[in-house]
Amino acid sequence: MGLAKRIIPCLDVENGRVVKGVQFVDIRDAGDPVEVAKRYNQQGADEITFLDITASHENRDTMIHTVERMAASVFIPLTVGGGVRELQDIRNLLNAGADKVSINSAAVYNPEFVRAAAERFGSQCIVVAIDAKQVQSGSSPRWEIFTHGGRKPTGLDAIAWAEQMTAYGAGEILLTSMDRDGTKNGFDLELTRRVSEAVAVPVIASGGVGNLQHLADGVTLGKADAVLAASIFHFGQHSVPEAKAFMRAAGIEVR
Amino acid sequence: MSRSQIAILDYGMGNLHSVANAVKTVAPDCEVTITADAAVAERAERIIFPGVGAIRDCMSEILRLGFDQILTSAIAQKPVLGICVGMQALMQSSDENGGVSCLGLLPGAFHKFTAASDARGDRLKVPHMGWSQVEQHSHPLWQGIAQGERFYFVHSYYLPTAESDCVAARCHYGVEFAAAVASGNLFAVQFHPEKSAAAGLQLLANFSQWQGA
Repeated sequence: MGLAKRIIPCLDVENGRVVKGVQFVDIRDAGDPVEVAKRYNQQGADEITFLDITASHENRDTMIHTVERMAASVFIPLTVGGGVRELQDIRNLLNAGADKVSINSAAVYNPEFVRAAAERFGSQCIVVAIDAKQVQSGSSPRWEIFTHGGRKPTGLDAIAWAEQMTAYGAGEILLTSMDRDGTKNGFDLELTRRVSEAVAVPVIASGGVGNLQHLADGVTLGKADAVLAASIFHFGQHSVPEAKAFMRAAGIEVR
Repeated sequence: MSRSQIAILDYGMGNLHSVANAVKTVAPDCEVTITADAAVAERAERIIFPGVGAIRDCMSEILRLGFDQILTSAIAQKPVLGICVGMQALMQSSDENGGVSCLGLLPGAFHKFTAASDARGDRLKVPHMGWSQVEQHSHPLWQGIAQGERFYFVHSYYLPTAESDCVAARCHYGVEFAAAVASGNLFAVQFHPEKSAAAGLQLLANFSQWQGA
């Protein structure tokens, strides 16, 4: 037996509250990210990812406080991202109880930031989040990195970028297809497979999960080491144990 | 009667609050202290020696703060639990950072995972990150934990089981490595019990009760 493929529920948090809605019938406060994380922990989630989408920088204290509360009651790995721009941001999140910190646009603007972060805190806690969009299809497909929620192209090739980020010390890649995000049409499997085969570090597939087959496909066809999903779990469409049972039946090793 | 004390050794590498939170949860009657103070460690009934990050930086801080002496004297007297890089630091050496001498309190050296494939033929990623099954050897700290239970690992360096006569659990990731080692009062784990859900909490609960060898 080897390493289990991980299932990671993702919470989008704004001003300390879960947004995009979470609907558990038997949870007291479905807007409290700590309550939601506890529920996923009880369900057997392998990890929690928590993305802070708060626009203003003034509310960072709320986020730090939320991470502290979560780390005090949820004993599985916790990845936190959103607005991480400086080494001090990383230190604050790790001290609050995050196990890994996800860097997104700051890596695009200043790749050296990733190198400095990995040297200071260790690759094991530095995740680089890559938002990619397909810009060319056919026999030689191409994906580019986009920022600003997928609106702004950077000209960076997604696969080359993933290789560069791991060379700079990223310990994991959180790969989101901006074409698929929110569509429920499944991961961009070709993008996922190409990135996963190109880098030596684990790759988390993200963006587009609409059913359990999509999760399994992310691993078997996309070669992802972990699969991330939000809405199929949040709205009670499927539970984490259902997802694991499905993946196990598909021959995937799960916890 | 004063409460039983557990000291978590702090040498400035990584967040120790997760370990402290987990221990406080399973051992509410214990006083859990994060400390770099030898006197506090001396008074504590039990010591936890965690570690995150690169071994060279960890070792230089361990030696600068005199933790080598704290650990040597602690191991002779009371239960000590090493976690992750803490376990690595207890060995003779590590290949990380071009080769680093460690505390040498247990035999064996850490080596880097090299390219290997899984059963599907897919490349095994490094770091070994995630939940792997652990094959336990008999030890009180495994009490109440199912044989073959999974724990959460994050590491790029490993102790081959062949290099140690203190193996307390085995794990496989391309190669067979020590998931835990034990010798007398000392127990050390490669995985993160504080991040390993119920099984990890059980191990920490067992440690909070363990009287040592």
